[in-house]
Amino acid sequence: MTAGGGAMERIPILQMGEFLLVTIQVDLNDTLAQTLMDDLTAKVAATGARGVLIDISSVTVVDSFIGRMLNDIAATSRVLDATTVVVGMQPAVAITLVELGLSLGGVRTALNVDRGIALLRAALAAPADATHPE
Amino acid sequence: MPPIRSEVLELRATPDIVHVRQTVRARAAEMGFTLVDQTKLVTAASELARNAITYGGGGRVRIEALEEDTRRGLRLTFEDQGAGIANVEQALTDGYTTGNGLGLGLGGARRLVNEFSIHSRVGEGTRVTITRWM
Repeated sequence: MTAGGGAMERIPILQMGEFLLVTIQVDLNDTLAQTLMDDLTAKVAATGARGVLIDISSVTVVDSFIGRMLNDIAATSRVLDATTVVVGMQPAVAITLVELGLSLGGVRTALNVDRGIALLRAALAAPADATHPE
Repeated sequence: MPPIRSEVLELRATPDIVHVRQTVRARAAEMGFTLVDQTKLVTAASELARNAITYGGGGRVRIEALEEDTRRGLRLTFEDQGAGIANVEQALTDGYTTGNGLGLGLGGARRLVNEFSIHSRVGEGTRVTITRWM
């Protein structure tokens, strides 16, 4: 960690009813990724949100560090009774992730925010362990 | 053949990883790499830059545009003066990590490029060279 001043950069977390929405529009450095994870966890706990949508449609690189962050957010949210959906992954990023060997097995994905919301609503309506809504 | 363009970036702390990603992306795009190939190369660069900083105590990366009679490519050489890797084969195995990552860095980076070589000496450091051809 570098010491020193400067306003700490943060990614905003929006609340939409019982869901939280995060749109990542910057090239994530490690510190920012860690801050986002901490902020999201705190916000899920504070609001009792049942779902977290992470929009990565502007993200051009997901390396193993960012992939691990997405997995960790999903795992932590699950413990706090919230479902995480990662939406909008670019095709080139998806192809690269598979080749890299990152499965994102613990993370639900959807093509866009609308479908992500539909998935979360269905997951909430279904019994706790139902996996695939629709 | 000598590279047609060459530059060196310092790798001191994790924010430098973003700089490496952005520079490699810009060079790959300028050369006309497809979006998928750009993404693979940038992702591999991100993994290796993080390795050099996290495990190698920092170093540098040389970025070279190559032009041969029949093909063009980008070569990246990551060097650190860290502890070195005692067992390179093991380090290339998916899931192997001495840190808190997923252990996909080296092996994953190798899968994302056309050429990969690694030289490491315990106590002296590590040099990883990757090339992606268009």
